[in-house]
Amino acid sequence: MSILVYVEQREGHVRPVAREALGEAKRLAAALGGPVVAVYCGDADANLASLGEAGAEKVLLAKHAAFAHYDGAGYAAAVAAAARATGAQVVLMAASSIGKDLAPRVAALLGVGLASDCTALETTGGKLIARRPVMAGKAFEKLAFALSPAMATLRPKAFAAPTPEAGKTAAVEALAFDWDASAPRAVVTGVSGASGDKADLTEAEIIVSGGRGMKGPENFALIEKLAEALGATVGASRAVVDAGWRPHGDQVGQTGKTVSPKLYVAVGISGAIQHLAGMSSSRWIVAINKDPEAPIFKLADYGLVGDLFEVVPALTEAVKKVH
Amino acid sequence: MLQVVCIKQVPDTETRVKVAADGRTLDPSGVTLILNPYDEFAVEQALKVKEQLGAGEVVVMTVGGAGVQTTLRNVLAMGADRAVHLKTDAVAPDGLSVARVLADAIRPLDAGAVWFGKQAVDDDAAQVGPMVATLLGRPCVTVLAKFELAGQTAKVEREIEGGREQIDVPLPAVFTTDKGLNEPRYASLKGIMAAKKKVIEERAVDLGTPAIERLALELPPPRKPGRIVGEGVAAIPELIRALREEAKVL
Repeated sequence: MSILVYVEQREGHVRPVAREALGEAKRLAAALGGPVVAVYCGDADANLASLGEAGAEKVLLAKHAAFAHYDGAGYAAAVAAAARATGAQVVLMAASSIGKDLAPRVAALLGVGLASDCTALETTGGKLIARRPVMAGKAFEKLAFALSPAMATLRPKAFAAPTPEAGKTAAVEALAFDWDASAPRAVVTGVSGASGDKADLTEAEIIVSGGRGMKGPENFALIEKLAEALGATVGASRAVVDAGWRPHGDQVGQTGKTVSPKLYVAVGISGAIQHLAGMSSSRWIVAINKDPEAPIFKLADYGLVGDLFEVVPALTEAVKKVH
Repeated sequence: MLQVVCIKQVPDTETRVKVAADGRTLDPSGVTLILNPYDEFAVEQALKVKEQLGAGEVVVMTVGGAGVQTTLRNVLAMGADRAVHLKTDAVAPDGLSVARVLADAIRPLDAGAVWFGKQAVDDDAAQVGPMVATLLGRPCVTVLAKFELAGQTAKVEREIEGGREQIDVPLPAVFTTDKGLNEPRYASLKGIMAAKKKVIEERAVDLGTPAIERLALELPPPRKPGRIVGEGVAAIPELIRALREEAKVL
């Protein structure tokens, strides 16, 4: 019996979302029993013993020369082998770009159910119950699992990372797994732009989004300056993305990203229902719009009615003074 | 080359959610059902590949009740050649049941590419595509942002946190598509007329025992009411104060 956590890496660095999953696994282990075991896929040991500080008692290292970059089929074979070897009753990983791709493959290999992108997990009578948003957050469903292990991916930022237990180490063991790297497979040949210092929208603490009220792509410089002053990531509404002013990766809403930052600043966004669905779980919402009737004000904790072309530059200066 | 596009009929993104009396499902009254928006990019890419190769067949496939045929017909009008309707009135809360039924239907077809949208905008689960790939033992790339076919290899890109991965994939393979991959075409009047004559093959399927049970569907907790801090530049000091002292985010 174990609570198994897939610990993801990019370029040999464990990503923060993996610690969030370890923290939740530790909480579940208190109710369900069983050690917290981490499984790591890579081409080398990346100081994995230190994962003990985040709650792992043991780390299984799935080492393969082809594992420097993400390999969906190979990683899935390793994680499924780890689940079998440890008799996992729960398997957790982040709902990141890796986790969203990997977890369904592992579930298919194990023949079990998966709850994607969960925002809360609880236990009743020794069983896991998952709570997760549907329709980008317009509603939430509660799911029970008929088979073991129960698998869940965890939405980034929805689960607190554990306070590190300084000096605690995990035992690192090599994982034996069967995988034929010579079979036809998707091979990552390069990664661009991911080194960035800017957090992805789905993992950002603060987001500043612009909508149609920006009047044109050139005016997003105002949004970028405010975002820079706040240490925020830039987002956009669907109208702006469909008009080609911003790349699709910036879109927040039901056909874009669902976000839950600490602070969401909506600038010149009226608040279409599909946009509100994607950001309504933000901790604090600020709206700046010249139309006092805009639906976004119904959701905003703090609304400022005014011309964004005057307000945003002044707000940027004011933020710089207090930061 | 034969290609399969797996689609799902979903509630329109403008839908306001009402929970049905059973406390577990969406109240269907007043809900408009549409082709899952991400599936439009899958359909478009399959049609583009067929045009590039100058030959082949695009088969559109879905799992669901009788009502899904209107959406299958829409995809036939966009240009798919024929449709397979895997018919069941059961609603599976888990991706695995659906993936098994689709994989069984796709396996005998010798498909060079199988396409899905990256996720359905109703359950947002993003499971069925990579599950089908795993059940078929085929290479798979999810959340495609770019696709180029060169012989038997696809050169593709997928979005990751803050960047992109470049990936080479040998066909046959499974792909899930993101917005931005292409500009989906509209069905032409000619396409709509032609679609009326295209075949929708019905096959009864059994989803089996689901691996997951939905206990409840709930509306999100209401947010506590906010306030207007003021108008124009004059309201900025109050906004800054609120963000520092109340929200404690500055």
